[in-house]
Amino acid sequence: MADYTIDTADGRLEALRRMLTIREFDTTAGEYFADGEIPGFVHLYIGEEAVGVGACAALEPDDYIASTHRGHGHCIAKGLDPKLMMAELFGKADGYCNGKGGSMHIADVDAGMLGANGIVGAGPPMATGAALTIDYQDRDQVALGFLGDGAVAQGQVHEAINMASTWDLPAIFLVENNQYGEATPVDKQHNADNLSDTAQAYDIPGVTVDGMDVTAVAEAVEEARKRARAGDGPTLIEAETYRYRGHYEGDEQPYRDEAEIERWKQQDAIESFKGRLVDRGELTEDEFEELQADVEATIADAVEYAQEADLPAPEEAYDDMFGEPVPEIEQFAARPRTDGGNRGGDSR
Amino acid sequence: MTAQASLDQEQTETMTVREAIRLALREELRRDEDVYIMGEDVGLFGGVLEVTGDLFEEFGEERVRDTPIAEAGFMGAATGAAATGTRPVVELMFSDFMGVSMEQIMNQMAKMRYMFGGKTEMPVTVRTTEGGGMGAASQHSGTVHAWIAHFPGLKAVAPGTPASAKGLTKAAIRSNDPVFVFENKMIYEQQGEVPTDPDFTVPIGEAAVERDGEDVTVVATQRLVGESLETAESLAGDVDVEVIDPRSLYPLDTDTIVESVKKTGRLVVADESPLSYGIHAEIATRAMENAFFSLDAPIQRVGTPDTHMPFSPPLEQEVLPNGEDVREAVERIA
Repeated sequence: MADYTIDTADGRLEALRRMLTIREFDTTAGEYFADGEIPGFVHLYIGEEAVGVGACAALEPDDYIASTHRGHGHCIAKGLDPKLMMAELFGKADGYCNGKGGSMHIADVDAGMLGANGIVGAGPPMATGAALTIDYQDRDQVALGFLGDGAVAQGQVHEAINMASTWDLPAIFLVENNQYGEATPVDKQHNADNLSDTAQAYDIPGVTVDGMDVTAVAEAVEEARKRARAGDGPTLIEAETYRYRGHYEGDEQPYRDEAEIERWKQQDAIESFKGRLVDRGELTEDEFEELQADVEATIADAVEYAQEADLPAPEEAYDDMFGEPVPEIEQFAARPRTDGGNRGGDSR
Repeated sequence: MTAQASLDQEQTETMTVREAIRLALREELRRDEDVYIMGEDVGLFGGVLEVTGDLFEEFGEERVRDTPIAEAGFMGAATGAAATGTRPVVELMFSDFMGVSMEQIMNQMAKMRYMFGGKTEMPVTVRTTEGGGMGAASQHSGTVHAWIAHFPGLKAVAPGTPASAKGLTKAAIRSNDPVFVFENKMIYEQQGEVPTDPDFTVPIGEAAVERDGEDVTVVATQRLVGESLETAESLAGDVDVEVIDPRSLYPLDTDTIVESVKKTGRLVVADESPLSYGIHAEIATRAMENAFFSLDAPIQRVGTPDTHMPFSPPLEQEVLPNGEDVREAVERIA
């Protein structure tokens, strides 16, 4: 996908397309998970599209992002290919990680996507490290670490932000406050009014923005990027948003009621952004229908691609552990296969 | 070829383990601009056990970088930095502090390459000190290398001589995989001949036969390499002991150990880590799997008897394995 920015009409349409793509991708992923075609478990980004898309709209294509367990939206916002993403979710050899990562570990380091992450709060240290490389090699990039509201309570997040601010690294930390850390409301996990308040302790800017407004997120990240590139260090941004689905698919959500979900849907990020583009004469209803149909076709293609792609050969389980392979693993890769799979044991 | 034989062919200089590691760091910092050191007090202060020493003066604060006291944070940052194109060499002041940074080691550093289908390299080196003997008590004396050797996705080396300290440190820094270098703090002052060739490395996964012998094989690591060699000398005439330093714990040079056991039929494994579920068990198992019918006596283990390292000298000396323990183990089966 092309680079995009929130500052031009074409860029705004691309932002809308990506938000729609995320919603369609995750809606579809939810269905195939329920059907049992997608193994494991999935965390869907539906409702939070404006945050990932707004953030990536303000980044340059070769900037880095470090993601979370709820990472599909970040991937699409960053420009990853839905086909290879869906293939990864289906556990196929053609997926981004050759079927070794799945939903929680999709990554494309060459595209600047340092991985979804199954550990809450692990993204910020990764972003600080990428920013260290950027700074050390004098590159013209920034690294943005996404984290959820739950991750703000993690010690390693504090360590990462403290280091980045102490060293004036070109990093941005973006808290997606979707109101729940797994099944516990944000006010039962934190005492601060705003999750950006801790920025004071690091002497860096801390801003809280409307995470249902893609433009507001993009403007905050744009400002943060300028500051980072100027050598002034990181910014802590909190985007107030909401996840429409459970923490994971299948979550029965006893912790909230339908009325609350409905209230947030009244300010749906896609609906409101679309409305503004129509009001400004940048989009007609017909064009929107066309865009939606196009997105649906893209995701249908992605599913078809994923369904038809090959599963990895069992012996590929032994690949990719090391750059320089070790005999401890090689012996398993090398042994004759008669049953189509190895069930353990040692042939040394 | 024994380590001694290979050394004869090269220019060497006498130096301590500490000097050998510092020389390795200096040479690699000079060789590759993407290499830099980070850790607590490694810069101007020179490292709490004086290993980085004067490197700060030559390379400056960008390349010999002091970090906050934030082991999880800087281990994670090193992981992110290694994934994006630089080659950090982390000093973790004491291996006991691994606990603070374990999440970043086990879930990020060790797994990224595999989880991503091989689409990233992880050229990070972690140097850390281990071992009892200086009254540093339980939280500064641990020997934890079995954790790392056990955990998939990480490589672990543990030098027992100045030459291997230099060669392994350099090999670790040049590797595109995460390599942990476990330095026993009691042998920093130990002297030996060290090759001065800046291209000298010790390949990861190659053991060294430090002493040839016919009767008993002693596989010893770190401080126990030197002490086992002394024990072997003192037993000469009665028992002819072969001493092997595996140097690399993971991957492990099974072939060299097995070849020796097939010759001697007797094996002692000496490693300072706690005895249960660890390095000793792994080496003994590999010997059993591959040389079962050559074994003439039960395999013997020398290690810390599953206690923490106590503070008071008589207590510490009680649990700390040494050359005398190796002697007793050899005599039990010789």
